[in-house]
Amino acid sequence: MHNQKLLVSSHAPYWHNGSSISGKSYSFMLAALPAVIMGIYQYGLPALGVLALSISCAMIWELLMDLAMRRPVSIGDGNAAVIGLLFAMLLPATAPWWLVVAGTFVAIIIGKQIYGGIGCNPFNPSLVAIAIIMLSWKSFMDFNEALVNYDLGFYMVYPLSAVKHMGTSVLSNFSMTGLLLGQQAGGIGTTFGLGLIIGGLYLILRGHIRWEISLSFLLGVFVTAYFFNIADPDKYAPPLFHILTGYSLIAAFFLLTEDSSSPVNFVPMLIYGAVAGFLTVLIRNIGAFVDGAVFAILLVNVSNPLLDKIRPKAMGKGTEHA
Amino acid sequence: MIKRPFFGLARPSLKHPVVVNREQDSVEEIPLPQKVTLFLSPHIKIDDIILRAGDKVITGQRLKLTGDGKDYLISTATGTITGISEYTGYLGQTCQAVSIEAAGDDQWDDEFNERGKTTSPENALEFFNYLPGNPDFQSLLSFQPPVNTIIINGIDKDLLIATNQLVFKTETESLIEGIEHLKKITRASSLFITVPSDLTAEAEKTGVPVHAVNPVYPNILPEIITKNILGRAVPPGKRCEEMGVGFINAEAVVSLTRAFAEGKIPVDKIVTVINKDYIPVNIRARIGTPVKDILKALNIETEHGDQIVLGGPMTGTAIYSEDMPVSPDTDAIMVLDKKRIVLGSGSHCINCGECVRACPARVPVNMLVRLLENGLYEEAAEQYDLLSCIECGLCSYVCVARIPVFHYIMLGKYEFSRIQSAEESNA
Ligand code: SF4
Ligand code: SF4
Repeated sequence: MHNQKLLVSSHAPYWHNGSSISGKSYSFMLAALPAVIMGIYQYGLPALGVLALSISCAMIWELLMDLAMRRPVSIGDGNAAVIGLLFAMLLPATAPWWLVVAGTFVAIIIGKQIYGGIGCNPFNPSLVAIAIIMLSWKSFMDFNEALVNYDLGFYMVYPLSAVKHMGTSVLSNFSMTGLLLGQQAGGIGTTFGLGLIIGGLYLILRGHIRWEISLSFLLGVFVTAYFFNIADPDKYAPPLFHILTGYSLIAAFFLLTEDSSSPVNFVPMLIYGAVAGFLTVLIRNIGAFVDGAVFAILLVNVSNPLLDKIRPKAMGKGTEHA
Repeated sequence: MIKRPFFGLARPSLKHPVVVNREQDSVEEIPLPQKVTLFLSPHIKIDDIILRAGDKVITGQRLKLTGDGKDYLISTATGTITGISEYTGYLGQTCQAVSIEAAGDDQWDDEFNERGKTTSPENALEFFNYLPGNPDFQSLLSFQPPVNTIIINGIDKDLLIATNQLVFKTETESLIEGIEHLKKITRASSLFITVPSDLTAEAEKTGVPVHAVNPVYPNILPEIITKNILGRAVPPGKRCEEMGVGFINAEAVVSLTRAFAEGKIPVDKIVTVINKDYIPVNIRARIGTPVKDILKALNIETEHGDQIVLGGPMTGTAIYSEDMPVSPDTDAIMVLDKKRIVLGSGSHCINCGECVRACPARVPVNMLVRLLENGLYEEAAEQYDLLSCIECGLCSYVCVARIPVFHYIMLGKYEFSRIQSAEESNA
């Protein structure tokens, strides 16, 4: 038997374009690097600590869950690491260790594994975790409280809460270029707009995320904010401010585009992105939360299966009676 | 393997080879084999077969398989039948195979020369089922309403293969004559030729309207050509023939010419052999020659763990033994090194949508694969367009999770057809 020559059989096609889940995950990590490095540069070791802890915890939870449920070990595909990375990017650098451990638990187990693992999650796992933390340990997610001991040489009030509570008069403290270059308080990996845009463009060009979603989200934010701004310029910030602050940019490129919870057809992608953008600004301007991106995205995640029913007719369909 | 480009926004672009230089045009002859094996169609049951081991046969002989004489086989060697054995075919159907041990030189059978040489539909059905290039006269002649448009394929259905293009380049005369025979046999009112644009000049010599096709996979699939020529898509679950459009390979057309000119049914097939380095070689081999003999003649070594595929990279069938023979429809033999074998994974669909964007038939593959994984074949067909799939394999080719999507689809179609026929027989 051992000397016998056996051929490998499988079904067509016998070629593959070489893409893989792990390749996709590594691209995500690479694309996140500019924003992450900026975060580490600004907030120093604590930021690095949160990132490292979050990524490793996410992978450990994934491994434990694989073992507990006797599934093949899946940390090799890098998806858990990406969830951990994105989760950490949303946190303030001062997040305590137990918050990170609990958050990654929620992200991996409640956000992903209980639905059946990769591809089965109806919500973005990192956002499920952030949402639960925002509701359970509110003060740790309040960037003004969390970053009170930091002075990085720019106006350290979290831009969205500044506008929400003081109106647009505070806008003079911010410059658009400054915001783009990361001169704002916020999560570890959410403030460096330019870095996020570069990473996002990279992912779009590589074909890992869809431009339809990112673009329609940004447009949704822009248009909605624009109308609020015209209605009451003293109270509501202008559109560009909304795009460059809070979680807008990381949402556009890294969160909203998560495969499993976003649609795949053209029109649904546009609606999905635009509605998310609209809801984000709506919650920011008249809702209870300072940043609406988290709940806006979770809400559109719910609508994803329904939206994706809008799809082109398959070839030859509807021609039977023609 | 053709890799995805680094920047990958667009659809995959898989080009068919275009025959250019003389070297690629040459065809190497493979010596006659000791033994030929001929596969029978799966509907023929072993108990019905009237051939017996020990029967003497000669080359080109029409061998009746069953008592009613409808099913037949064309012997491709002169010698003795050594046995009838069972093989497991595609998707697990069993089919029978007749082995003939060759004894010396060919003696040619005369039956075709004596009574088959008039170009009539009856004769085509009676003698041409096993013609090299695998013409499907059954479909071309027996549909109601009849097939009235016939398309001559100048491009092979899979990548890396250029047999039909080669015919257009090197056997134009013979092709012109074959087209006349084809017209008489089928009485189709219109004919078209599909070729890559480089070959339009050669194709135009035949006097048949030419349809130049951008030679990128899957533009040459019958359903897409039908849609482009008729301007009307084939409804799901229907065949092009039901829309009045039939297909025939250029190789089969020149086989007709040879049959009528020589009074013998051709028994040699042009096969593209693709070695591990992806360099194709054209060979001419007797139908029924084991793959083993061909590889030996070309000095191609295979090792434990390699893969051999009959057909091209997108739609071929992997074989489990080198004893498998060349059939009238074997356009290529592809040898894949074990390092290049694509293995499917057991991962879930991550809903990335690559397959949906790659699918030429606009099938919602991401949803379909979820149902197929769970064996929900009827829902798959009714709600998620299982039957609209035109079997190109691109969904598997691009799948990020490396799910064997195409395998699921073919299995799903097969299981669905079984469910349907079970329902019909119960009704
Ligand atoms: S094989 Fe896949 S890509 Fe091709 S038509 Fe069928 S579903 Fe679409
Ligand atoms: S390409 Fe594969 S993983 Fe992506 S949606 Fe299609 S089946 Fe799912």
